Amino acid sequence: MSTSPTRLFARERLADNVLHFCRVLRAAGLPVGPAKVIAALEAVEAVGVERRDDFRAALESVLIERHEQRTLFDQAFELFWRNPRLLERMMQLLLPKVYGRTPRSETEAPLPARLAEALSPVRRGDRELYDQETTIDAAFTFSPREVLQSKDFETMSAAELAEVKRMIAQLRLPLPELPIRRNVPADRGTAIDLRATLRAMTSARGAVVPLEWRRRRHRSPPLVVLCDISGSMDRYARMLLFFLHAITNDRDRVHTLLFGTRLTNITRHLRRRDVDIALARVSAAVSDWAGGTRIGACLAQFNRRWSRRLLGQGAVVLLISDGLDSDVGQGLSREMERLAKSCRRLIWLNPLLRYDKFEARPAGIRAMLPFVDDFLPVHNLDSLKQLAGAFARPRMPRGRAEAEFAAGLGA
Amino acid sequence: MTTASLPASVDAALALLEQHDYFADRRLATSVFLALKMRRPLFLEGEAGVGKTEIAKVLARSLGRSLVRLQCYEGLDTASAVYEWNYPRQMIEIRLAEAQGKIDRETLASNIFTERFLIRRPILQALEPADGIAPVLLIDELDRTDEPFEAYLLEVLAEYQVTIPELGAIRAKEPPIVVITSNRTREIHDAIKRRCLYHWVDYPNAERELAIVRRKVPGADVRLSREVVAFTQRVRGMDLFKSPGIAETLDWAEALVALDRIRLDPETVANTLGALLKYQDDIGAITPEVATRLVAEAHAEAAAIDAAS
Repeated sequence: MSTSPTRLFARERLADNVLHFCRVLRAAGLPVGPAKVIAALEAVEAVGVERRDDFRAALESVLIERHEQRTLFDQAFELFWRNPRLLERMMQLLLPKVYGRTPRSETEAPLPARLAEALSPVRRGDRELYDQETTIDAAFTFSPREVLQSKDFETMSAAELAEVKRMIAQLRLPLPELPIRRNVPADRGTAIDLRATLRAMTSARGAVVPLEWRRRRHRSPPLVVLCDISGSMDRYARMLLFFLHAITNDRDRVHTLLFGTRLTNITRHLRRRDVDIALARVSAAVSDWAGGTRIGACLAQFNRRWSRRLLGQGAVVLLISDGLDSDVGQGLSREMERLAKSCRRLIWLNPLLRYDKFEARPAGIRAMLPFVDDFLPVHNLDSLKQLAGAFARPRMPRGRAEAEFAAGLGA
Repeated sequence: MTTASLPASVDAALALLEQHDYFADRRLATSVFLALKMRRPLFLEGEAGVGKTEIAKVLARSLGRSLVRLQCYEGLDTASAVYEWNYPRQMIEIRLAEAQGKIDRETLASNIFTERFLIRRPILQALEPADGIAPVLLIDELDRTDEPFEAYLLEVLAEYQVTIPELGAIRAKEPPIVVITSNRTREIHDAIKRRCLYHWVDYPNAERELAIVRRKVPGADVRLSREVVAFTQRVRGMDLFKSPGIAETLDWAEALVALDRIRLDPETVANTLGALLKYQDDIGAITPEVATRLVAEAHAEAAAIDAAS
């Protein structure tokens, strides 16, 4: 411990800065609790401030928990620890907020949106104004087909909404339970529970003791839902979102991704208990509502980025799509095959199946059908309810669904 | 084995790892240093084959501690991860007590549930090492287990203790050095990560990878090593289902040495690509034309480095 007052001062200021940095990260959405702030101080103390990269790595290893958080951390670090007007910014952070942002000089790079918000948060009242703004940023659009618009759930009539909500909230999706490698005590088990038996023996005073039994526990497998939200699916997407919200909150290990022209993981948004809040967040997160569909490209993205993270432990995949592909099935069958091979069961729900005269003519549908295990309709509440029956059916060899479907047409 | 003292700085950590054939980048060395200094578990996440498990092994070797490894799998339970009672011995004990005719319920219960009948599994071994020196505990591929085991780990990682109902809590005198790895086949719960120092292990850059190949496959020609690394780095830039890790690079270099190759050529690449890429789709993506182009680029890059040095 140095007793020099200047040194002490410098160190105190460093601690303050680290603290503020943690606060900025927290405001930007990183889970940085008090325990982490203390750990960060400890880490900085251990590594010292002689080398910038060490300092950075030390903070990083303490403050982030996921690979995805690195980008945000990097941006925040650059901004916070390099900017000479650091103190000024911190003052901004601490002072009561004045409406509007401080104008930035031209040379300064624009702040990433989340950080900018964290550094000078908008007041509640302002935020509402913000939300009502309908400006559309078209800079990153994939094509004119992708309509960048926020889907408005409000347009559903109140009565309709209430009715659908009520009915869907009661829907359950009884996935068949599979044996897992854990045991529970059971009267009529399949294996002897030696530990319990021995405990019984010690208190039985030499008498003959009955054996204690255990059996395999059962648990339903993870469920991954891939839902098409392109223009042709628009009428169903809204109804299905209620359904997806209901099943996401009904059980653990449900992951939901939406796709049109791009793939968006909305699992976290759907975990919100309140269906209105959840759907509002989904609506904000998804940018390709009611646009085109690039099923092949989206499935490819899923296979690369998500399949190994989500499809472990015997996951069941629910693919909800009409199979009408803007890319006319290009590369689709290869991705479908990869998807089918990485999951336990691949179930395709297609609203178009409600037509008696439905034929698998579009290229997209022909490319996908050979790889699905079940091919089922999903156009109204009844069909959702019938899903339960389909799940109970044991899995058949691949390709049977297609054969059955073809036979059904012939009949 | 004598215990080496913990590194005193990031540089010391870096040097220590390198001394034992692990070429870490500075970020990783910082995380390792902090994990040792702050006595926190080190949580390593990254693609398969980037050297996550190796860190634990090297740490054990370089610090002169034993390595206790717990390979995770689905359904891993306390009986195979922490402890189990030795039931046959317990039964014999009970029979003996009965035969001698002195059966007192209380004494019997307290006799057979003692440390004598306890079978120690990796976690308990790590908390109560036989030699008294806190070992390196490697919890490998945590993503392969299920949530109940993760929840169990919380107590172990936070308090360095386990609770055995019949015996009470067993606490480590000196906490072990814990390294947890995950291939991210699912997300590990935040509660676990919060207790750890998190580090994402990336693919190495060309320079570091070359150093690794030179050290681990000393039989490979210098020029060949450079070409192998240049080729692999280019393959990683392609849009593949599974990019090759360092382990694959080393396998491939060894395969080429076994075939007595001193230069890369498209035909050899085509014949040995299975050492580098493990998916048929990915191997298919390296067509003869692509292979020829990549080999030419690798030659050029190796030659350029040669000329420069």
